[in-house]
Amino acid sequence: MKGMSLIVKTVTRWIKGFIFLFGIYIVLTGHLSPGGGFAGGVILASSFILLTLAFGKEVALSKLSKNMASELDSIGALMFLTIALLGMCCGGAFFVNFLHRSHPGEAFRLLSAGNIMLYNIAIGIKVGASLFMVFVIISAIKVVLKDDAMKMIRHK
Amino acid sequence: MSIIPLFVAIPLASAFLIPMFSKRIRVFSDIFANVTTFILCVMSLGVIGRNAVYTVGLWKPPVGIAMALDGWSVLLLVTVNSISFCATVFSIKYMEQYTSKLRYYSLFLLMVAGMNGVVLSGDLFNLYVFLEIASIASYALVGFGCQHDELEASFKYLVLGSVASTFILLGVAVGYSLTGTLNMADISARLPHDSSTFIFMASCFILGFGLKAALVPFHAWLPDAHPSAPAPISAMLSGVLIKAIGVYALIRLIFNIFGLTPVLSHILLFFGTASMVIGVFLAIGQWDMKRLFAYHSISQIGYVMLGFGLATPLGILGAIFHLMNHAVFKGLLFLTAGSVEYNIHTRQLEEMGGLRERMPVTGFTSLVASMSIAGIPPLNGFWSKLIIIIACVQSGHYIFGLWAAFVSLMTLASFLKVQKFAFFGELKEHNKGVREVPVGMCLSMMILALLCVGMGLLLVPSVRAQLLDPAVASLLRGTEYAAWILSKG
Amino acid sequence: MTRESGMIYALCFVLFMVGLYCVVVKKNLVKIVLGLAIMEYAVNLFLILIGYRKDGIAPIIDGATDAKTFAAASVDPLPQALVLTSIVIGLGVLTLMVALCIRLYERYGTFDITQIRRLRG
Repeated sequence: MKGMSLIVKTVTRWIKGFIFLFGIYIVLTGHLSPGGGFAGGVILASSFILLTLAFGKEVALSKLSKNMASELDSIGALMFLTIALLGMCCGGAFFVNFLHRSHPGEAFRLLSAGNIMLYNIAIGIKVGASLFMVFVIISAIKVVLKDDAMKMIRHK
Repeated sequence: MSIIPLFVAIPLASAFLIPMFSKRIRVFSDIFANVTTFILCVMSLGVIGRNAVYTVGLWKPPVGIAMALDGWSVLLLVTVNSISFCATVFSIKYMEQYTSKLRYYSLFLLMVAGMNGVVLSGDLFNLYVFLEIASIASYALVGFGCQHDELEASFKYLVLGSVASTFILLGVAVGYSLTGTLNMADISARLPHDSSTFIFMASCFILGFGLKAALVPFHAWLPDAHPSAPAPISAMLSGVLIKAIGVYALIRLIFNIFGLTPVLSHILLFFGTASMVIGVFLAIGQWDMKRLFAYHSISQIGYVMLGFGLATPLGILGAIFHLMNHAVFKGLLFLTAGSVEYNIHTRQLEEMGGLRERMPVTGFTSLVASMSIAGIPPLNGFWSKLIIIIACVQSGHYIFGLWAAFVSLMTLASFLKVQKFAFFGELKEHNKGVREVPVGMCLSMMILALLCVGMGLLLVPSVRAQLLDPAVASLLRGTEYAAWILSKG
Repeated sequence: MTRESGMIYALCFVLFMVGLYCVVVKKNLVKIVLGLAIMEYAVNLFLILIGYRKDGIAPIIDGATDAKTFAAASVDPLPQALVLTSIVIGLGVLTLMVALCIRLYERYGTFDITQIRRLRG
């Protein structure tokens, strides 16, 4: 049987969506409460990692393929850079918070910090995708005991 | 609108655009990387002679993050970006031997972004972050071939580099606890110079940046890491990386933040002379071509440190000029070593010989670079070494001048060895079929060779006033740097 | 600085030295990686301690409090931002190190650095 036992699989099926949702929540409220792009991105990645552990790599990769993850990785970084550069066009300097200047929101509201939320989303995408990639790539190699010696086997 | 942040933004953007777009069209990565480095090169030539403080996000220093452009940063910017352009031109054909060119260009441009960031940063923690970007990219690039030697060298470099980074971070932390600020200018203004915490912080920084710059007690990783990388990367690492993240940062901290004291000056003199002498002695016995060049990098960085340690205007001028020259001729030497390796697939000097007949361009450019590093008169290396030796004599450090002259002779000897065994002499039987390398590789070597011949012209007074004099002035003004940044911001 | 806080800084330094000892003395690649991680965390801990204040309030300011009293009561938020950045960098370095360890094991069949020495001289 591929993956872990039935109990783990069932529980994973129930909670994977909630973990993903929690990740999105952490990303979106990064400017109001503890958390932010990096922490949220790690949680997003961990939902996929849980899927990998419970069902095996194929299932997780069918949801988010390596190519897709690599594209998302680049897109996240480019998004971050684009917003920063837009600050140069719209606000006059690199990294200027131009949204907050033109539409200052009320404090402690979701739409109150201007660009910060956009930065958090970009970072969340990048960290989530790249951490998942790291896990998949490193887990392509498995150490097994063979004739009393450790041996590494590369999965394809 | 200022272009200062674009020096970081452009290479970062293209580092992430390349893997997105060049999966389908393979030529795209070559064109894109070369265009990027060319634009950066032109931009860096465009900022010569300018002085500016850029406030990121319009937050004024000392609260916000500042990027500062003065003579010393401009000089490094020009060096970094011109050498990286030559290296990318060289990579087009050379990197065909390796599998994943996209990732190579991505990492390369990340490294360039990191180095430009280090050079422009006016904030201590930002300097650390950019330094880590450049270092992580370089760790991966050293191990790019994934063979036994490359992986071992990369791991060694990674461990020592991380220890260095941790010490730098510790220094940043102590500095923050001491002054309550991270802006380099503000730190300089508030630093209590007589406290023991200051000494602890300064030694953390000297240890960290000394490791990054491969000064002699900390040099063990360099002769492994630099030869193992692909040739254009060796040229970048030896040519500019150790200068941008090691020497630049150390000198900026010592001259402009701490203020040069006699103790610090003696530390620089000691490290400089030790690196100079020990590096050349280790180099002369090597039979691996790139390893020999790598040991010479240690030795030449010693000259640079010696010049800075003298702390006279002439000494600093010599050091700065030698830093630029070393980037050019050491870059060229590693590229020629790369061409030789490209053709005959070995770096051992014994298996070469007579390659001059078969590879005229490589042979000629290598001769120019060797004579330049050894200090033969009309070439650039001669002028900078001469200035450093004169500065030694002028400031009464005769012993150091004597060592410098002696090391120069030893350098000449070891490069005569390289020329004799590799390019002159009898052509070996198994090398009869060797051909000259492709045009792109020749082109970048020719550019660097021309620079070797022509860079002596930088000392002509009207040209010197553009590039070298502002750099010397920005270091000599010492801790007035702080007042300059805080008033401009 | 009170006696207790001085003690904590000293323990931080001890942790740093434990990491350094591990990097310098241990022969196993994985243990070296762990040593580097310990060093990194010691510095992170030190950074957090710089910003710490006993009974401090969260560094969030609203219109009602004035800046002076706020600054006197709150913890310093800057080191926390620095530590977050340094953790991210640490993650990158750690990943690269682990990947290199795996590759080295593939090539040499061992984690012992005394047997991984082709480069010398």
